[in-house]
Amino acid sequence: MLEKTNVKVLDRVVVRFSGDSGDGMQLAGNIFSNVSAGVGNQISTFPDYPAEVRAPQGTLSGVSGFQVHIGKGVYTPGDKADVLVSMNPAALKQNVKFLKDGGVAIVDIDSFKKADLDKALYTTDEPYKEIGLKGEVVEVPMTTMVKAALADSGLDNKSVMKCKNMFALGLVCWLFDRPLESALHLLHNKFAKKPAIYEANAKVMRAGYDYGHNIHASVSTYRIESDAIRPGVYTDVNGNTATAWGLILASEKSGLPLFLGSYPITPATDILHELAKRKDLGVKACQMEDEIAGVCSAIGASFAGNLAVTSTSGPGLALKSEGIGLAVMAELPLVIIDVQRGGPSTGLPTKTEQTDLRQALYGRNGESPLAVVAAASPTDCFNMAFEAARIAIEHMTPVILLTDGFIANGSSAWRIPDDDEYPAIKPNFVRPEMLENGWRPYMRNEATEVRYWAVPGTPGFQHRLGGLEKDYCTSAISTDPANHERMVAARQHKIDMIAGDIPEVEVMGDADADTLLIGWGGTYGHLYSAVEELNAAGRRVAFAHFRYICPLPANTSDVISRYKNVVVAELNNGQFADYLQAKHPMVHIKRINKVQGQPFLVQEIVDGVTKIMEG
Amino acid sequence: MTMEENKYTAADYKSDQYVRWCPGCGDHAVLNVLHKAMAELGVAPHNTAVISGIGCSSRLPYYMNTYGFHTIHGRGGAVATGFKVANPAMTVWQVAGDGDGLAIGGNHFIHEVRRNVDVNLLMLNNKIYGLTKGQYSPTSDRGFVSKSSPYGTTEDPFIPAELVFGARGTFFARSIDVELKISQEVMVAAARHKGCSVVEILQNCMIFNNGIHNFITDRETRADRTIHLVHGEKMLFGKEMNRGIVQDGFGLKAVTLGEDGYTIDDVLVHDAHCESNFLHQQLAMMDGHELPLAVGVIRDVESLTYDEEVAKQVDDVRAKKNIKCLRDLVLSGETWTVE
Repeated sequence: MLEKTNVKVLDRVVVRFSGDSGDGMQLAGNIFSNVSAGVGNQISTFPDYPAEVRAPQGTLSGVSGFQVHIGKGVYTPGDKADVLVSMNPAALKQNVKFLKDGGVAIVDIDSFKKADLDKALYTTDEPYKEIGLKGEVVEVPMTTMVKAALADSGLDNKSVMKCKNMFALGLVCWLFDRPLESALHLLHNKFAKKPAIYEANAKVMRAGYDYGHNIHASVSTYRIESDAIRPGVYTDVNGNTATAWGLILASEKSGLPLFLGSYPITPATDILHELAKRKDLGVKACQMEDEIAGVCSAIGASFAGNLAVTSTSGPGLALKSEGIGLAVMAELPLVIIDVQRGGPSTGLPTKTEQTDLRQALYGRNGESPLAVVAAASPTDCFNMAFEAARIAIEHMTPVILLTDGFIANGSSAWRIPDDDEYPAIKPNFVRPEMLENGWRPYMRNEATEVRYWAVPGTPGFQHRLGGLEKDYCTSAISTDPANHERMVAARQHKIDMIAGDIPEVEVMGDADADTLLIGWGGTYGHLYSAVEELNAAGRRVAFAHFRYICPLPANTSDVISRYKNVVVAELNNGQFADYLQAKHPMVHIKRINKVQGQPFLVQEIVDGVTKIMEG
Repeated sequence: MTMEENKYTAADYKSDQYVRWCPGCGDHAVLNVLHKAMAELGVAPHNTAVISGIGCSSRLPYYMNTYGFHTIHGRGGAVATGFKVANPAMTVWQVAGDGDGLAIGGNHFIHEVRRNVDVNLLMLNNKIYGLTKGQYSPTSDRGFVSKSSPYGTTEDPFIPAELVFGARGTFFARSIDVELKISQEVMVAAARHKGCSVVEILQNCMIFNNGIHNFITDRETRADRTIHLVHGEKMLFGKEMNRGIVQDGFGLKAVTLGEDGYTIDDVLVHDAHCESNFLHQQLAMMDGHELPLAVGVIRDVESLTYDEEVAKQVDDVRAKKNIKCLRDLVLSGETWTVE
């Protein structure tokens, strides 16, 4: 069940620059706030100078800071920072108290050597732990890169080091989509009479911006918060970690070892990172040589009897298509996670979209049905990863789980579930007595069309799987025309039957509504908030959010035929709307679409629905 | 691997499927020898898996009474890697052709060798695409005329052994489809070697490339154009076994004993277990012209295997950490309670 949620802090963000008083943090912060003002943000800033004019470098008393609060409705410099830039350990130590839990600290890792730590009075060699940093640390070799950028500048070392602040500024501009040209313009005004200094600083700022681009650096400026908090023990989790954890629970609940075959790709890589750490829980996470090897190694692991998973984003899903088709044909359980990003091609790697739905549903040769599910929020990634694994294992099919960059990187408070809140997963294993009854590898459970799983190593059940069509009865290779059609139907029917094994879609909002807003996947928080606003304004709008995409929940047709207006809002050009429309030709489905690499704004949904209702 | 002699016969590894290769195809011989090699090894059929990609030779798993998987073109190595890591107790064989293994699957091939996954990889090299009816392959010689190269190819071939050594392979052996005894010997050695064991088998395609290996396989001259390497034995060849391989500066030379002052003492003794692969490469590159083509086990050294190291790392980390289940993990992080 989805929790009532609310998207917050959509359009406000606090950045704090900190360093030695000689590091130029005030300048970096000022330029950043002025650039933000230039793109229409309200700003509020707070310089935090040290008491001493020039305290010894790298010491606690020499730390200087500058906090910038930008966005809409900004009236204060903000309490705590979403992003803290620290040029040395002293700055980090002095400013960690200003970083939000789950915020991002960007540090110049070149200035975190033993001597630097000593100067800032650290007593252990685990500085982050020692100061209780509760967030993500992005370690950037700033000094090294600034030196490299200015190697041919002819500037002395001291002047080179003075440019470090502009590297940090360039990186922050990348993170928050600030136009670099505006920042350079302001910098130019500042150094109008010193062209050499301007050139050096400009070069370094560009280097910082490019560095962010190159490492696909991103921070989530969103939080989805639960309105109705249930009693329990909570932790903070982002969508990618929740996805990894949901798979681990499925492994525990099924008794199958967890195998991940993957290849790094933004924004899905953190799933690989988390599962690679989980050797403590027996997970085998293999970084393969390419996306194809990622899915194929997982298929091998599935054949071998593991809960097999591959994780990727849109371009990687394209590469995996043939492998997924093999899993469809071999009828092996396989979970494919697609953390959607802006496309097509390389597209917008760090931005969010819902444009891979068609690829997930149809992106394979031949009639190759499989199950598709989608997570609604960071914490729902846990549920849906579990569900993807459950459906894959119990129905012997590949399942594609669609998440997206927004919920994958976004975090949310998550009530840690009790052990009995999730069901046992029961693999459809062969039983010894089947051998006497003429077992064949593609023999199916008559009711569900699910074939039985014989794990290699089991005596007597040796069998051969493959991509070639098999005879329905004997499981031998077959090119018989009627048999092929029968097998195509059986594979489709197997997927259709999953509808009886998933929850119905729930209708929320106004009970007497004449308009139904429909969403799917990671837009849930925004859509839910929009419906609340619409209802509060007296608009009779109901809301149905789909997490089971293929097959659709059994009550889908009932639900959507009840309303005068059916509106699908999604971050693409209408892929889910088309899918629903094809299945319900009598219903005229209306659309709200956005393809900007950005999540919806609640207001956009409110305006879109209002316009449709007013005809 | 448990060795239980004579417990299984070759017939125990044969499936009931009709073998569909063309009459006279070299694949038949490889299949029959594989059944015998498996019987000699004695690993139970249910503890054996045979995995392949696409191509004529990749049909082989259907003819085995083991667990088998006929996957997609070029990807047998990736599937086999995942399979072996997931279930290290199984003995895994992989079958690939020169197109499947070195063209579309070239990337997986070199990485499988580099990782040293404990898989026995039979590469059947007929220098042609048979299933698609006669296009040149990545092992076809420069200038080779085929349906897709009517004026001859304009590219140099791969020599499989070179790729294996380039990827720091730990095992390389070679045989010829008609050399049944040597084929069985190298397959058994490949299975006994822990790590990625590559066995190249020169195989004849009757239909699209008949006689491509004739220079080597011709009965009249085979003894002079091939040498059967055996670890610890002198490198002798020829009908009379009176020719030998000697070191010649930085290279190798074929000599006749008793001529030019060469005696048996000058002839190299084969060391398949030598860590350095320098001489192994020299031996593997001999092509039957100046020097005889080498068959038998050319390189066979022990090294860490990927599948075992993954499993060992899991065991090591588990032994050190107190986290036993997901709940332990989640509760070990930052949490708060809502009443």
